[in-house]
Amino acid sequence: MKNTVYSHNSRQSRSFTDKSQAYLYLHAHSLFSSLGRLFRNPFTMSMTIVVMAIAISLASGFYLLIANVQQLTRSIESSNQISLFLKSSVGDRAGEQLADEIRKNPRLQQVVFISKAQALKEFKTYSGFGEALDVLESNPLPVVIQILPSHSLDDMQGIESLLAEFNQLPQVDFTQMDMQWVERLQSMMEIMQRGAALLSTLLGFAVLFITGNSIRLELQNRCDEVQIAKLVGATHAFIQRPFLYAGFWLGFLSGILACLLVALMMSVLQQPIERLSFLYDGAFHILYLSFTETMVLLAITSSLGILGAWGVLHYQLKQINPE
Amino acid sequence: MLKFDHVSKRYPDAGDALLDVSFHLQQGEMAFLTGHSGAGKSTLLKLIAMMERCSRGHIVFDGQNLNKVSNKQIPYIRRKLGLIFQDNKLLQDRTIFDNVALPLMVSGFGHHEIARKVRAALDKVGLLGKEKKYPTALSGGEQQRVGIARAVINKPQLILADEPTGNLDPELSVEVMRLFEQFQTVGVSVLVASHDVGLLTQMGHRVLKLEHGVLKTASP
Repeated sequence: MKNTVYSHNSRQSRSFTDKSQAYLYLHAHSLFSSLGRLFRNPFTMSMTIVVMAIAISLASGFYLLIANVQQLTRSIESSNQISLFLKSSVGDRAGEQLADEIRKNPRLQQVVFISKAQALKEFKTYSGFGEALDVLESNPLPVVIQILPSHSLDDMQGIESLLAEFNQLPQVDFTQMDMQWVERLQSMMEIMQRGAALLSTLLGFAVLFITGNSIRLELQNRCDEVQIAKLVGATHAFIQRPFLYAGFWLGFLSGILACLLVALMMSVLQQPIERLSFLYDGAFHILYLSFTETMVLLAITSSLGILGAWGVLHYQLKQINPE
Repeated sequence: MLKFDHVSKRYPDAGDALLDVSFHLQQGEMAFLTGHSGAGKSTLLKLIAMMERCSRGHIVFDGQNLNKVSNKQIPYIRRKLGLIFQDNKLLQDRTIFDNVALPLMVSGFGHHEIARKVRAALDKVGLLGKEKKYPTALSGGEQQRVGIARAVINKPQLILADEPTGNLDPELSVEVMRLFEQFQTVGVSVLVASHDVGLLTQMGHRVLKLEHGVLKTASP
């Protein structure tokens, strides 16, 4: 710089590529230096990340549990068949005709016709009243048509409209299905889903405030640095950049730890869930977080980290002024 | 270059710090600001660096009325200034290189350019080869020179120094002042606040004397 002629247009004369390269370099530098800074206080960092990871894994673990239970109820619902008890005046032949008629309905996946004789046979075998039934002169049992609604009719409305349809048939005496049980289960699931949403929101706020607080502490520790940066002409955007990246790292790292915790929780639950699955003829398998779900979770936790940091910086940075 | 036009600064609880101050600093001019402690030297410098805003009057720097500069524009005003402090205000946990490079990083320079300019600035203040050291490894005089290198690296139009020789012995003080004169000769304006009257008379530049916030002499 010996005897340099001072020119004030040096900034303007730099080309656009120079500037954008410098800008990218600055971002990359903040990204990694903020990570390095976190690792300089490993104890503080791990405490914060573990607390956040526990909050995140609680929310995502609850979500996964519901997803698993939903899968289970879906397999129960699909086994919910409707039985049509025909009027006693309707004979086997007329019943079979009706069954053929019903088979044409596209909303059903299975229709089974049970004649009076078959019904009696089954009743004798399973009820244990075999001998007693022999005393009866005629077969008192009605013709039964068992119907399995198709999977697209998992919702209550579809099933109810189907039931109403069958009830209107003149041959049908009554239809039977344990509607209340399904309804109760579904409303229970609804409560659990809402509970999960509420819990996730609360825990999301927890993550937001935990990041905000650790960024606030970091900002206090580096108060001198912020003041000096302001004195040499740093904009707020420049000063807050490394802090925003620190927020990102906190969110991202705790998200990864949370995924590991959830996997650990699920592997603990795997054995009892598999036993339950066996009891339901292997109708469902334990669900872990899928790749997409993991990515979404990491995106959410990273954004929460950035948002928490931004909220604090927005208010605190204005208050740190050089003296 | 820098013009004070009937500037007053009143603090709500401490009264008038500056009262009706007017002077004009030309481009490439070096001047001293003197007066007893509490006379308003620091306040005057703070007004230029936009750490405070004046209560009355106008300050025009580089053609811009500082009263009309919004808070968002303050960083861009400060980039035209080189600030030097009695306590250096160096970042203790950063190397000399990083300290001097800060104003360039803030202005968005590329790292090759930064490396070149930092070396040039450190060469100028006689500290080339100490880039990788930390401030604590340097003597007081050396630390002050790092502060000067940081202040001049972004080619400021005006250097403001607040008691830059306050912690230095007379010999080092003269050395620092000679350094300022070198910048002055290449067109930079320099305003040095100091109460070291002996040093000021030895240097022989214009002296602005403040007494209880009032400017007494504005001529050499």
